[in-house]
Amino acid sequence: MADVTDLGVREIRDGVRDGSFSAIEVAEAFTARVAAAKQLNAFIVETPDHALAAAREADRAKAAGEELKPLAGVPIGMKDLFCTKGVQTTAASHMLEGFVPEYESTVSQKLWDAGAGMLGKLNLDQFAMGSSNETSYFGNVLSPWRRNDGGNAPLAPGGSSGGSSSAIAARLCPAATGTDTGGSIRQPAAFTGISGIKPTYGRCSRWGVVAFASSLDQAGPMARDVTDCAIMLEAMAGFDAKDATSLKLDVPHWEKGLNPSLAGKRIGIPREYRVDGMPEEIEALWAQGIEWAKDAGAEIVEVSLPHTKYALPAYYIIAPAEASSNLARYDGVRYGLRDLPEGANLQAMYAATRAAGFGDEVKRRILIGTYVLSAGFYDAYFTQASKVRTLIARDFENAWENCDLLLTPTAPSSAFALGEKSADPLAMYLNDVFTVPSSLAGLPAMSVPGGLDKAGLPLGLQIIGKPLDEQGVLNAGLALEQRAGFVARADQWW
Amino acid sequence: MMTESTYRIQGQTGEWEVVIGLEVHAQVTSNSKLFSGAPTAFGAEPNTQVSLVDAAMPGMLPVPNRECIRQAVRTGMAIDAHINKWSRFDRKNYFYADLPQGYQISQLYHPLVGEGQLEVEVDGNTKTVGVERIHVEQDAGKLMHDQHPTMSYVDLNRSGVALMEIVSRPDMRSPAEAGAYLTKLRSILRYVGSCDGNMDQGSMRADVNVSVRKPGDEFGTRTETKNVNSVRFVMAVVEQEALRQVEVIEGGGTIVQETRLYDPDKNTTRSMRSKEDAQDYRYFPDPDLLPLELDDAFLDECRASLPELPDAKRARYEAAGVTPYNAGVLTAEVETARWFDALLDAGADGKQASNWVASELFGALNRLDKDIAQSPVSPTQAAELLALVADGTLSGSLAKQVFEVMLETGEDPAKIVEDRGLKQTSDTGAIEAVIAEVLAKNPNQLEQYRGGKEALFGFFVGQTMKAMGGKANPGVVNDLLKKALAG
Amino acid sequence: MSVDAATVKKVASLARIAITDDDAERMVPELNNILGWIEQLGEVDTSAAAPMTAVIPNHLRLRDDVVTDGGVRDKVLANAPAAEHGFFGVPKVIE
Ligand SMILES: [Mg+2]
Ligand SMILES: [Zn+2]
Repeated sequence: MADVTDLGVREIRDGVRDGSFSAIEVAEAFTARVAAAKQLNAFIVETPDHALAAAREADRAKAAGEELKPLAGVPIGMKDLFCTKGVQTTAASHMLEGFVPEYESTVSQKLWDAGAGMLGKLNLDQFAMGSSNETSYFGNVLSPWRRNDGGNAPLAPGGSSGGSSSAIAARLCPAATGTDTGGSIRQPAAFTGISGIKPTYGRCSRWGVVAFASSLDQAGPMARDVTDCAIMLEAMAGFDAKDATSLKLDVPHWEKGLNPSLAGKRIGIPREYRVDGMPEEIEALWAQGIEWAKDAGAEIVEVSLPHTKYALPAYYIIAPAEASSNLARYDGVRYGLRDLPEGANLQAMYAATRAAGFGDEVKRRILIGTYVLSAGFYDAYFTQASKVRTLIARDFENAWENCDLLLTPTAPSSAFALGEKSADPLAMYLNDVFTVPSSLAGLPAMSVPGGLDKAGLPLGLQIIGKPLDEQGVLNAGLALEQRAGFVARADQWW
Repeated sequence: MMTESTYRIQGQTGEWEVVIGLEVHAQVTSNSKLFSGAPTAFGAEPNTQVSLVDAAMPGMLPVPNRECIRQAVRTGMAIDAHINKWSRFDRKNYFYADLPQGYQISQLYHPLVGEGQLEVEVDGNTKTVGVERIHVEQDAGKLMHDQHPTMSYVDLNRSGVALMEIVSRPDMRSPAEAGAYLTKLRSILRYVGSCDGNMDQGSMRADVNVSVRKPGDEFGTRTETKNVNSVRFVMAVVEQEALRQVEVIEGGGTIVQETRLYDPDKNTTRSMRSKEDAQDYRYFPDPDLLPLELDDAFLDECRASLPELPDAKRARYEAAGVTPYNAGVLTAEVETARWFDALLDAGADGKQASNWVASELFGALNRLDKDIAQSPVSPTQAAELLALVADGTLSGSLAKQVFEVMLETGEDPAKIVEDRGLKQTSDTGAIEAVIAEVLAKNPNQLEQYRGGKEALFGFFVGQTMKAMGGKANPGVVNDLLKKALAG
Repeated sequence: MSVDAATVKKVASLARIAITDDDAERMVPELNNILGWIEQLGEVDTSAAAPMTAVIPNHLRLRDDVVTDGGVRDKVLANAPAAEHGFFGVPKVIE
């Protein structure tokens, strides 16, 4: 029998169903692999018991002749931004170190209800703020990938869902949850040669997910291929009365609806995504993606999204502004860290606690957010950014008159080395230049691996769809996936 | 009649006028909180009425309560205010231990209710006070300072309870006007049912904005005295704060815009420790909530469910013959008006019934130390009693006797009259016989009367009534006596 | 718009994050770099745009007024750094 840890979600699910192997074999194989991969630092907490218990339940149901749940026997990783009942949830911060929620996030609950088990809580950028996983209080996550230059420079797995991307790429889990505020599912997926989809804003409940920027945050799956993403998303999505921004819509059967033919589809190529200084290899991959889309039957049209250039600056006003308020609750009173210097009063306790509990990037964003909302600056910054956001959404609406989907690169570069950009916040922010516009417009978007660059590192292609057209996005992803035939994987050095 | 207030403070430099605006926080009557399903009941054990949302646990989200929105809309309608069909919630950001989220969900930019007004009466003069807005927001928790030597304790039971903030225009000019406004507002809230008006439980409290100026000048700098929890204290704050401001200004100082606290024991206001940056609340739209859009069906239901309000009720009572004074008394409290309406519904005459309620019923309840909702006599029984008076079965004094028995036993008046033989008699034969006896027994008085001392008429009425055991119809006695005395 | 160390300290105080003078100095160029970059938004003509309110068209749902929660004090206090007699404890506040 092949190593079950080489299998994806669909293969594991089907294999458990048809008795090719037992769920417990799968869970044991993955828990062992997780335990042996500490060097990657992908997990903050390992929860083998959770995965094994879910597997035993799947095997019991199978033995009893019951119908198996959609994810029975599938162990997954949970980004440590999702609150999990009885299991420490930190958002990769010192602030929440030791915080054990008394509740389960809606999305994680849906996954457990679907039969999945949890291998552990995955590392991330602190409070999901970062694009390289270098802001975690619990240390950097390493990508399993290395450049083919013979050097051993540790590479970034992308961020903020870097634990998720690294773990999947290293075959520590077949799938994981991610969250995407400005590209945090798609960019790490691109960096590590896996797939990930951010659904339409409102598809997945935000209840129980540690908030970064509420108007942008969306959960989504990360997995090795498009089909696995479809299966996972079906389990994660759905209306939740506890989230006022949740969309009251049935969850489509995305897996069943998968169809790699793009006949009759018009795919738009936004001219503003050709940015200065983009590596030639990215240009080449994009051109290749266009050819693949044509080959799948799509008509290619050039479109314009004139406000693209302003998406990142608008995002870096709106997201920090919301974050500065969302993170005000971390004050050392009801949970989490409390730093109470000798003789400190209440306000001094807040300041000391927040100074000790938040990392530099989180502080930086809170300060920016506080500044842009403060008296005298609100209109110039926040109101203007909110209006620009309207214009960006309008750009997409206009584009949909000429096309059904958009095809772009996911990120402007392949994975960079740890430390390479961490000294310059702005250079780091620019990583999200292609993913942020669709986040601001709430659109479904996914990244699929397209190929390797000269250094042997994965590159991703992004598909952006109309609101609620996850099916269209997944189908285009599948068409590209089939033509890319991406099978490269990182050598195991850990 | 509209007149300007003449309330003035006499300073060393002349007369000063007081300018007052009130921001009233009224707890919306609801079972559960504004954004969570936790209960709102008063006086529970600490932190037992708290959901994980109210405690601002990571990832918890607000979902608004329809009833709270509905009650705020109905309140707005009751003061003829503009209802905004499109409103939204904003976050007011500041750090304090009673504010778990680090922000209060409130409404700044687009409140639910816009401009309205209400009429108040002071010394017989009517005055319109403008209401700028009503917005809906969360209450904070509670801090306890004296349970522990070095710690304050935090109870989040109130955290997230729905409040309406009702902001008046700076239209009031005297302590009496401020008191009348608050009283009237409380009355309307209680009629509408949107707030129970229990000021001693904190269901209603006022931030009192006061400034002074020379009559006709521009507005002066105002101070805001927070959380004043009775009508009497609001009036005291206005008085004390205006005096203090005049003294400061006349002493060469200036008024700083600041937050103050009222100390009822000393009857003074004092400055709260000013916090440098406390005023920068960084309001912005709450991204966890979408805009609140109300449709016509919702507004129609709100309007249709509004009760008759105090002013309309008062006009109706006056049209039914109730004196303006009594109409005011009967409509001030919703329970009284409800009781009186039931009395009218049971067929009582407006004028007769209002006089009886204002004197007999209120007097009795006062003696028994009961409020009208606890009255031992029901409106139906009272109507029956009044009917017995109207049809001549009972005289006024018999009615008083019957009413006393009703208060004691709770029995119906007809039964009491029957059982105790308290019926009034109009039997002319019987009365004439008694009159003849009375005249025969009092020859001296008779002679004096016939000699022109007509004031003795009352004496003969009294003697006759006494001899009849109080049961004679006084009208008939009068008529027959006049005839008999005339000889 | 650019900030100086005093502004950084003021904003940090507003955000209740203790910072040293050195930290504030260090952050000045960093924040100015970011602020300078986001200021390009000023170029955009937004006269025909309203601020975005709902990214995906959706209406705010209102819930029924029923008690569905509360009575979970143990859960509320479970992670508290200081809890006594059913209360959260904080350094004494003088009002
Ligand atoms: Mg106020
Ligand atoms: Zn308020």
